[in-house]
Amino acid sequence: MRVLMFGWEFPPHISGGLGTACCGLTRGLTEVGGVSLLFVVPRAWGDEETAGISLMGANQIPVVYTRSVEKETWETVTEQIRVNSPLLPYQSPEEFWALKSRSYPKGTRFVEVTEAGTIPFTGSYGPTLFEEIRRYALVAGQIAISNDFEVIHAHDWMAYPAGIEASRRSGKPLVIHVHATEFDRSGGNINSIVYNIEREGMEAAGRIIAVSNLTRHTIIEKYRIPPRKVVTVYNAAEPLTEEEKKGIKKGITEKIVTFMGRITYQKGPEYFVEAAALVLSRMENVRFVMAGSGDMMEAMIGHAARLGITGHFHFTGFLRGDDAYRMLRMSDVFVMPSVSEPFGIVPLEAMLANVPVIISRQSGVAEVLRYAIKTDFWDTYALADAIYGLLNYPVLAHLFTERGKVEAGNLKWKNAAEEVLKVYRSLLEETFTKTDRT
Amino acid sequence: MKSLCLIFRVHQPLPLRKYRFFDIGADHGYYDDYTLENHMKKLAVECYLPATDLLLNQVSRYGGAMKAAIYLSGSTLELFNRYTPGVTARFRELASTGQIEFLGGTWSHSLACLASEQALALQAGNHQAAIRDLTGQTTEVFLNPGLLYSDEIGQMAANLGYKGIITEGARHILGWKSPGFLYCNPLQPRLKVLMRHYKLSEDLECRFSDPHWEGFPLTADKYFGWLLNGGQPAESIHLCLDLETFGHYHPASSGIFRFLDHLLYLINHSGEISLSTPSEILNSLQPVSMINVPNPLSQAGEERDASLWIGNDLQNEALNLLYGIADMVTATQDPRILCDWHQLQDSDHFRFMSENTPAPPLHHRKSPYNSPYEAFLNYMNILNDLTIRVKSHFSGPSPEEIIRNLKNRVNDLEKEIEKSKEEIHRLRKRKKGH
Repeated sequence: MRVLMFGWEFPPHISGGLGTACCGLTRGLTEVGGVSLLFVVPRAWGDEETAGISLMGANQIPVVYTRSVEKETWETVTEQIRVNSPLLPYQSPEEFWALKSRSYPKGTRFVEVTEAGTIPFTGSYGPTLFEEIRRYALVAGQIAISNDFEVIHAHDWMAYPAGIEASRRSGKPLVIHVHATEFDRSGGNINSIVYNIEREGMEAAGRIIAVSNLTRHTIIEKYRIPPRKVVTVYNAAEPLTEEEKKGIKKGITEKIVTFMGRITYQKGPEYFVEAAALVLSRMENVRFVMAGSGDMMEAMIGHAARLGITGHFHFTGFLRGDDAYRMLRMSDVFVMPSVSEPFGIVPLEAMLANVPVIISRQSGVAEVLRYAIKTDFWDTYALADAIYGLLNYPVLAHLFTERGKVEAGNLKWKNAAEEVLKVYRSLLEETFTKTDRT
Repeated sequence: MKSLCLIFRVHQPLPLRKYRFFDIGADHGYYDDYTLENHMKKLAVECYLPATDLLLNQVSRYGGAMKAAIYLSGSTLELFNRYTPGVTARFRELASTGQIEFLGGTWSHSLACLASEQALALQAGNHQAAIRDLTGQTTEVFLNPGLLYSDEIGQMAANLGYKGIITEGARHILGWKSPGFLYCNPLQPRLKVLMRHYKLSEDLECRFSDPHWEGFPLTADKYFGWLLNGGQPAESIHLCLDLETFGHYHPASSGIFRFLDHLLYLINHSGEISLSTPSEILNSLQPVSMINVPNPLSQAGEERDASLWIGNDLQNEALNLLYGIADMVTATQDPRILCDWHQLQDSDHFRFMSENTPAPPLHHRKSPYNSPYEAFLNYMNILNDLTIRVKSHFSGPSPEEIIRNLKNRVNDLEKEIEKSKEEIHRLRKRKKGH
């Protein structure tokens, strides 16, 4: 089966769990076999870990020759993403003005291209994100007509317009994969543009894959999607390589409790700080580490200072790849107090790295884990109690480490990939029967 | 004539309150008294009062033919005294009829037998004293929580002076043998072993009101037929069930009380089965053989072993810590510390830490915790607080010092009073002068 996949990021150029999940899933699909994958990211850097799949950057695809053919098409697509304009590629300001001085249908849009006729992408989450998403979709349509495949698979909202366009152009069914929804990211204060993109993607898709039942419910209830379209496929974690398994020496004798993730509302960092203060009021020989960056980082530093615990509370900033693993391996307890977490792969990685974990009940991963302490994110007393227990009752930590490793090891990407394949097949079957009837 | 031995167990664990680590060393109240009081009062109304009434009625109706045995844990007896004295009165009345035998056991339904003979002796002694207080009887037959038993446990019980012990008639121990005979312990042949007929016991305890069960609806006539023509030969049938079966596990609306009433009627009028107490069985029957139980046996789960209480590392750790402080606890002689230590031995605390799915009939007593780990954390926090209390008992000032300090304080206060009196006197004089 040939699959065209759209995603916004791919390791090592990642800013969160999305890239990790995409990579894991593609590896799983390769492992299952019988699948050939074309993965499209906005910008390919050339050093991606693309074992067994072909990875393509949207920045490598020329679009100039699409000018004459695509006008009509683009009206539709751009309308869907609320930027109503067909586009005309240009390369320099002079050309732009030359083009601009002629007359065009209302709402015509100009797009800057490179000399090779391609569109530049940053592939990041910068201020031009909406612009990039729109251009990404444009290129996606181009890729869709010049490649052969049976199914289109789009990961998270940035890639939905691309998926929709590719599906529309090629007539192939669309599967969208929901790793997070706007409700998880914003905590109720939703961005209606993003919500609309998400909802259009969900409505256009033949099947929706949710990473947990928690997310599945959000999709059904908040986006009004018929339940039969939505399937839960849990994420998994990559087992560690032998290299990574080697022990890491800790420079200090004190215990380390770690929070790892973006420091944003969604991840509940303030509950971690509060719990840390509670634990520190009772024991001395423990240090708390908040690894990651985000919009609430400064507030958290201030909060820790106010509570007077900065002597035992550390901020590392964003940790990439190896550093993240090293941090996990040095930890005695890993905490994920997320307010809303569609899945949460990092606890699995921590478990594989021999670290007992505490997760919030409001996370998708809580649905599959047995050997993790689960607390409500707002209950900082329960969280503090759990941290204290894991640090002071070695037998509990030992039990969680041993069993947790086995449990996390059993959650394999290969199994997730098999579930995804089932979704593809059921969708294709449905499409065939529909075509037969008409 | 076949004899039937009815044994009712009465025990309720003390629910522990949510005890955070901040409370360690600061707050020594461990129990959720509010839940407990409500629970006990509710149970008294729906189960204990009607069930004991039923037994009392049977005794007055059939006189000497009505016999049964009751295990009442010492800690639960205290709860009755505290919250529902009416229930205590009924048990006392039952004992005074002379038709009900009270069984020995542990004071707080504890796992002491898995720790040491010393710990068991302490618990059994307390229980013996509590029952003697209530009934004037000396208990002779021993019953452990979950019917825990092994050759070794039997030996301990024999050393403590018990003549018999009740355990599960598990198939993997009995093999082709029938539970309907008397057996004896291989290490202490004086100790007789009564085997529970688990199928007939669990039919009532677990399945009576289950509409999906093939035996449903169970009538007294049907059940009486099973008693008469059990598959295996038997001299006596031993039924052992929680008294909460009547009215709590199965509500009165299920007809369980009338079932028991009618069953006892059938038994007393049939002339084919007679009721006996465990002691009577020990005295009247000869043991048919020894029964070898090298590993702990219980009524729990499919395995019928002790894994429900000591099956994982958490439980073992908690048990070790609990009994590790035994000597220090007894040395304190502090009644409050001793009481808490005994309460914490309740086997249910350990059951809540089990990762096994609860097996019948214990599923009726659901764990109040979300997971075994929460149960462990809570329990360990409490146990650590108790340990601190025990240790500080020895490191604190000696009684002589305390008395001296208090005397000094009294002297100081008296001086102050004298001063104030003089002051008052002076002021009064001045007033008069004006």
